[in-house]
Amino acid sequence: MREIAAQKITEAVRQMCIDANCFLPQDVKNRIEESYNMEPWPQAKEILERIIENYKIADEKASPICQDTGVACVFVTIGQEVHIQGDLAEAIHEGVRQGYADGYLRKSVVRDPLDRVNTGDNTPAMIYYDIVPGDKLEITVAPKGFGSENMSQIKMLKPSDGLQGVKDFILKVVEDAGPNPCPPIVVGVGVGGTFDKAAFMAKKALMRSADERHPEPFWADLEKEMLEKVNELGIGPQGFGGKTTALCVNIEKCPTHIAGLPIAVNINCHVTRHKTEVL
Amino acid sequence: MSISIKTPLTREQARQLKSGDSVLLTGVIYTARDAAHKRLCELVAQGKELPLDAKDSIIYFVGPTPAKPGQAIGSAGPTTSYRMDAYSPTMIAQGQTGMIGKGKRSPEVIAAMKEHGAVYFGAIGGCGALLSKCIKKAEVIAYDDLGAEAIRRLEVEDFPVIVIIDSEGNNLYETGRAAYLATK
Repeated sequence: MREIAAQKITEAVRQMCIDANCFLPQDVKNRIEESYNMEPWPQAKEILERIIENYKIADEKASPICQDTGVACVFVTIGQEVHIQGDLAEAIHEGVRQGYADGYLRKSVVRDPLDRVNTGDNTPAMIYYDIVPGDKLEITVAPKGFGSENMSQIKMLKPSDGLQGVKDFILKVVEDAGPNPCPPIVVGVGVGGTFDKAAFMAKKALMRSADERHPEPFWADLEKEMLEKVNELGIGPQGFGGKTTALCVNIEKCPTHIAGLPIAVNINCHVTRHKTEVL
Repeated sequence: MSISIKTPLTREQARQLKSGDSVLLTGVIYTARDAAHKRLCELVAQGKELPLDAKDSIIYFVGPTPAKPGQAIGSAGPTTSYRMDAYSPTMIAQGQTGMIGKGKRSPEVIAAMKEHGAVYFGAIGGCGALLSKCIKKAEVIAYDDLGAEAIRRLEVEDFPVIVIIDSEGNNLYETGRAAYLATK
């Protein structure tokens, strides 16, 4: 049994909240710069240039890339042989509390969806646990902005809708979103499982590196095809027209019921933030 | 070429702006998001005085990050505007001439813009670090309890925006995309 003190987790989460919000991951930067080079439409190119300028300023000054520093989504993968000394969930919330205060990040969480009183410290975090063999503790902090989250959709397709149904739904969600989620976007898709599992996979898909395709060739090809199709819509950066509507389409899939074909599409903006640490 | 405008923005000036125009704003603008708009419209319904002068005003839909020591304001890019669609027609009727945000607007908002003479500007979403450089001063003037959502009076200098929807209802989201797709 490996012992990990809750305090260590708080410190790691605190730092990841700050770093994720100020420093865009290199793979996302690379995709934006590639898109800038490939973009034929002058106004679209100009906007991509501003987006690049923005993350460079954020890098230099350690400033939040976007004012929506999100709700902190925290993915915890716990090795079975790890023992946490203290309260794991509280350690994570405390890390978020400290990170959002010390990093001058915006507090965007309300305590109740209807009374809408701000909790003032950006807690609670949205925490997801996974238990695996081993003695490591992996934590990913992904601040999720709601301009893009609000444009996400889920649908219980019929098995007869098949591949075409999946393709049509992805395109419908991007079309419905239009300029609202700050394109260029990252499209996270979950196919299969149950109602909730599809949505979870769609969110997890957003964590994947922009350089990494699905390990199965059929799904990797579908990701590439859907990226092309999305970029043929012409929505463009900020919705003013252009080629660069999306930076990548990431699909996760899993087994499902004989009667169902659940699909969820979770949209992220060009500020696709996540930071991982292994303790 | 950008058009430089000093606030306040009169109805006559607003009517001259055309969809697609690049504009640099200098002067005073106000911030308000969902919660502040709700309170402003409640005051209007009750016939009470507003905490800001709506006449010829520009409202920026933004909830900034806290300022670090020495900064006027933290990161401050636009939030998605459709959430203010329920409130904007009331504010336009009160004299507001400009809105700064991002994303689509409802037919009701566009109708109010045409009727009274108002424009919908877009700032680049997700560029809060860059845009905050043009904000020289920020002061909370109402609803401090709302935190990031409080109403702030901002002094801006050459704040870059683009006219998305003009007072005749021309919409860059439609024309820009169609123009690009016509080249395909």
